[in-house]
Amino acid sequence: MTSASPHGHGGAMRSLPANHVTDELLAAYAAGTLSEAESLIVATHSAFCPICRDAIAAFEAVGASLLDEIEPEALSAGSLESVMAKLDDLEDLPDNVVRHPSAKTAAAGSDQGFVLPEPLRSYVGGDLNDVVWRPVIRGLEEAELSVSGPEFNVRLIRVAAGAAMPQHSHHGSEYTLLLTGAYRDSSGRYARGDFQMADGDVDHQPTAEPGEPCVCLIVTDAPIKLTGPVGRLLNPFIRY
Amino acid sequence: MDNAVAQQDVNAEVARSLAAIAFIASDNAMTQEPVAREPKRQDPLTPPELVALVHEIAERRCKESFQELFGFFAPRVKAYLMRLGSDMHQAEELVQEAMIMVWRKAASFDPAQAAVSTWVFTIARNKRIDAIRREKRPEIDLEDPALVPQPEALADGIVEQQQHARRLKDAISRLSAEQAELIKMAYFADKAHGAIAEETGLPLGTVKSRLRLALGHLRKELKEESL
Ligand SMILES: [Zn+2]
Repeated sequence: MTSASPHGHGGAMRSLPANHVTDELLAAYAAGTLSEAESLIVATHSAFCPICRDAIAAFEAVGASLLDEIEPEALSAGSLESVMAKLDDLEDLPDNVVRHPSAKTAAAGSDQGFVLPEPLRSYVGGDLNDVVWRPVIRGLEEAELSVSGPEFNVRLIRVAAGAAMPQHSHHGSEYTLLLTGAYRDSSGRYARGDFQMADGDVDHQPTAEPGEPCVCLIVTDAPIKLTGPVGRLLNPFIRY
Repeated sequence: MDNAVAQQDVNAEVARSLAAIAFIASDNAMTQEPVAREPKRQDPLTPPELVALVHEIAERRCKESFQELFGFFAPRVKAYLMRLGSDMHQAEELVQEAMIMVWRKAASFDPAQAAVSTWVFTIARNKRIDAIRREKRPEIDLEDPALVPQPEALADGIVEQQQHARRLKDAISRLSAEQAELIKMAYFADKAHGAIAEETGLPLGTVKSRLRLALGHLRKELKEESL
């Protein structure tokens, strides 16, 4: 969890993120116990990050080791036979063998050029250009994403280049994945692919770097509390 | 050095079990009598043996291999699902669906990506989320053109993947009893850390930091040994 490298710009599009998802979240994703909202942000960071993909694979292997040592539970009589009978039916179907389930690759030669990776792109229903933004305050727009489960709020925010977010702290957890541009707060600099987790201990004011707007995926499990002088005034009106 | 020797060992093991299975299979094909079937083996299957079984299913739609895999995994997957709150009936149903998925997806199993037990674990995990949570399951799409690819240096081979299981088992056995228990709860209880804290009587912060320590330890163990 180091803060970002000193300006490595240039062809930095494909460089690896410097700020990663925590091991607890990666393990929970691998165990299948994360909510849909949390899984979305963890999986999308991992599209940027072979290091976290590796960790997920390792934590899936941990799950497999635990499975290995579990006290087995006998199956009911006839279970195997019933499955074997179904296999015969399957074999008669023409399309049964999923030889290449991943063959849906790069649609229509439009490879590269996507700003948003999967699984986020599917949730947006397109790429960044397709997002319909709703203004919140000057310099800040948002677009809510539909994710099941009432306990999380999932949205994209776009902060104008150089603009500061309202100073805020958190009632619960706030996960941020940076998609374009970059921002700084007291803990460091965050650029494309970087993941930041904040909770009640963090009172911060992320500020977008000049140059391009800063777009982030944000998952919160409770409203943030605005703590700055203007923020306190805005609190009743901003539904975070 | 030791590592290279160990890898050769595993390679040899894979080759041996492939050969053994091919031999048994050709034997069965000649006799065709159900009586001639090999007696069910009692000892746990090794990772290379599991790979050979999946290979047989993919290549020859081999039912004997499937039976053997079923015998090994189905009771474990059932226990796993019941730990996570499924009743007998539902667990049984999901096990059957998961094992059918193993049969159907055998050809897409890649031993360079994961051990068989890991692959089966993810199939069972996904079945459970799809059936019980009825939520969407956001997944990493490895074919997505926007995915940042793995630098070559990080890539693991077949042998490494197949050796992970044993290493992990050792690493888990070296955790303190408390850490091991926390890890089990994290995987087999579908509980948020808050609920684990309540159940163990530990403060939430303590649960989080101990879990983080244990997970970091396991992850590091795999990383170091696969170099
Ligand atoms: Zn990462």
